[in-house]
Amino acid sequence: MAAFTIMVNGTAHSVDVDADTPLLWVLRDVLGMCGTKFGCGIALCGACTVHVDGTPMRSCVTPIGSIGDKAVTTIEAIGKTPEGKALQQAWLDLEVVQCGYCQSGQIMSAAALLTNKPKPSDADIDAAMSGNICRCGTYQRIRAAIHRAAGTKED
Amino acid sequence: MLDRLGRRGFLVVGGALTGGLVIKLTVPIAFRPPWAADAGPSFNPNAFIRINRQGVVTLVVPMVEMGQGTYTALPMLLAEELEVALDQVRLEHAPPNDALYANPVLHFQSTGMSSSIRAFWTPLRQAGAVGRTLLIEAAANRWGVDPGTCRAQQGVVLHAASARRLPYGDLVDAAAMLPVPATDSVKLKDSQDFTLIGTPAKRLDTPDKVNGRAQFGIDVRVPNMKIAALAISPVFGGKPKSVNEAAARIVKGVRQVVRIDNAVAVVGDHMWAAQKGLIAADIQWEDGPLATINTLEIIRELEEASKQPGVVARSEGDAQEALAGAAQRIDAIYQVPFLAHAAMEPMNCAVHVRKDGCDLWVGTQVPTRTQSLVAEITGLPKDAVKLHNQLLGGGFGRRLEADGSVLAVKIAQHVDGPVKVVWSREEDIQHDMYRPYYYDRLSAGLDASGKPVAWTHRVAGSSIYARYIPQIFKNGLDPDAVEGAAEPPYDLPNIHVDYVRVEPPGIPTAFWRGVGPTHNVFVVESFIDELAAAAKQDPVAYRKALLDRNPRALRVLELATEKAGWGQALPAGRGRGVSLQFAFDTYLSQVAEVEVVFDGSIRVHRIVCAVDCGIAINPDSITAQVEGGALFGLTAALYGNITVKNGRVEQSNFHNYPSIRINEAPHIETYLVRSAAPPGGFGEAPTAAVAPAVTNAIFAATGKRIRTLPIDTVLLRSTT
Repeated sequence: MAAFTIMVNGTAHSVDVDADTPLLWVLRDVLGMCGTKFGCGIALCGACTVHVDGTPMRSCVTPIGSIGDKAVTTIEAIGKTPEGKALQQAWLDLEVVQCGYCQSGQIMSAAALLTNKPKPSDADIDAAMSGNICRCGTYQRIRAAIHRAAGTKED
Repeated sequence: MLDRLGRRGFLVVGGALTGGLVIKLTVPIAFRPPWAADAGPSFNPNAFIRINRQGVVTLVVPMVEMGQGTYTALPMLLAEELEVALDQVRLEHAPPNDALYANPVLHFQSTGMSSSIRAFWTPLRQAGAVGRTLLIEAAANRWGVDPGTCRAQQGVVLHAASARRLPYGDLVDAAAMLPVPATDSVKLKDSQDFTLIGTPAKRLDTPDKVNGRAQFGIDVRVPNMKIAALAISPVFGGKPKSVNEAAARIVKGVRQVVRIDNAVAVVGDHMWAAQKGLIAADIQWEDGPLATINTLEIIRELEEASKQPGVVARSEGDAQEALAGAAQRIDAIYQVPFLAHAAMEPMNCAVHVRKDGCDLWVGTQVPTRTQSLVAEITGLPKDAVKLHNQLLGGGFGRRLEADGSVLAVKIAQHVDGPVKVVWSREEDIQHDMYRPYYYDRLSAGLDASGKPVAWTHRVAGSSIYARYIPQIFKNGLDPDAVEGAAEPPYDLPNIHVDYVRVEPPGIPTAFWRGVGPTHNVFVVESFIDELAAAAKQDPVAYRKALLDRNPRALRVLELATEKAGWGQALPAGRGRGVSLQFAFDTYLSQVAEVEVVFDGSIRVHRIVCAVDCGIAINPDSITAQVEGGALFGLTAALYGNITVKNGRVEQSNFHNYPSIRINEAPHIETYLVRSAAPPGGFGEAPTAAVAPAVTNAIFAATGKRIRTLPIDTVLLRSTT
């Protein structure tokens, strides 16, 4: 008997886990969707960012019991949105990626930013992206790629 | 692009079995570390390239990709000489095999020390040239023409006179039957004829990294796999005393509790169940004898030990006599802290131990070292230990160690079926193997004109090599501990550099991005700046006067300072600082522009970096490594500090072991010097140079000299 049914990327999934189970582990370990990454477990690094009804959320501290019938979007499907698609292309055009581990979360945070602010300033980028750590240090290219996807310029 | 399934052993020779052409590489290996001793004699032929009947070139990459771009730069070397487009090359992760895949710079199959390009620069181009020669000869034979009238281009052999062409795929079987020319008999291209090397190539590993498809070690899933969360004794060397297994087992999804010598693991259906089980287990620890160690005592011990002479790394002239006769004497003590690596992908390893074999899925910089240690623990023969290497979510030296895999195997030995052991961030930081704390004493003497006439530098700290590759730790000298100290880029008459080995009790030490130079370049470049200040000279002019015999170093210094606008006015509170280094066979100079606010806080606005790394294989990757490497070093300079209290590491996650974030990141500019010199290493060079550029800028802005990292901003507060 499934305890929860959640909508992930437009598909309903039933999972039998405790209500306090973070969405991160449901995605990765129960549903096998490993694009969403584990980095810190306490919402400090942003690697696990997903969208819940369009809002960027740290899935490592988002209990499955809080999702209800809200729509979860992950990196696996963000390319189907215009913002996600433009960002992925900009990421490739500017060779943003190094090890790549944090980039799922970076792109999810950036996609939420562009949905809310299609023409972000550098200050908007700082505000939206400073929760995402990249130990490879790709920030300069992340900033440039967001501007490229948005058709804006750096200050 | 990355063939995840085709990770089969690569022992076919010539055109046997599946058709196609296999090209051997010859890589000279000077000696082998203990775990690779049975890999056989030197000059083993390596075989890791094949071309199939469709013309697809497969390169089994002996090095691992952890963000540095080696999965693009290595195939570029091959493709350049083989005359194929980069997108014709497929990549496979190499299985562990020191006989086939050893790195000649590091003596075993290992990705580290910024060595991949230097190791394979010649062998991979030679392999490409051998392949091209064979394919041209096969085509010439078929056409009955002189091979000298044919040429290869984009995976096709052409005979211009008759306008004939044959793709490689049609030629591989015939080429495989031909005698293979000696690798040193094939002619390699002159650098001015390169069409691929030196162009900004698109990275081959990135498309899957923007859509969540790339598989890192932590993403591995095999049928019936369980997940294990673990707790290692918080005190180094401690043991679990009591574990409430019953309480752990009633947590929904928990399957098993495993207790090993220094850790407890809870095995569950998913990570959350395992983590809840760990909490429920309410583990009590037997702390053991190391429960008293503290950072302050470790520093005191280093300070004491560094008062005695050490093992000489370099001694020229008579430094003591020159010091005594100098017009001015400057003494300084520099210290750098323990550092964790904190790669974004926490440590993990999936293992399936069976009676007759063991499979490991892990992203590691050292597959053979891991295989060998696992064989030892399990009692299995090495070739029964199959290691499936994965993409690394950051390495930075952390994954040069096999401790995570060893721990996972010890846990998996108690588990029926495959289990993935995933460390929490807290375990990852508190049970890292740390960049050593170093304590350095320096003295210099200046003549009346301010020029250095004596230079002494004593490094005290842990030896990583003594543990890691004992053969390299010779006569008490660790070459890594003094790298960047023994050979500063300057003309320094009467120089004496020595090393005192001091091991911090219980604290495991290991390589960290930038290795020796990350510590020593900070010290040397700060101290030379002190000498310039003591001589009342401009820091750039002072350095230039010492570079008469080092034109490549002079060139990067000139380029960086020119682009940075050295000497131009800055707003109040800001300063510029410079650094210069030669490390990993690469010359590099950085200028940092730093603002110090009245409360002591620092804002690094801009970093300008000039680079002469010889031939730049993929210039865009070089630029990316400058940007990332500088930020990695900047994070350490601003925040990096692992401290130990009562035997426990005090830091645990990104709130108290912070990383620089996008809002703090300076703008970074990179300028490459065009060079035809053989390529130098690059993944680590920019990390080493940044700290002294920043602290020298702080000195320029405030007159305050930072001699201990991380930068203590309390010292920088305005007193007015």
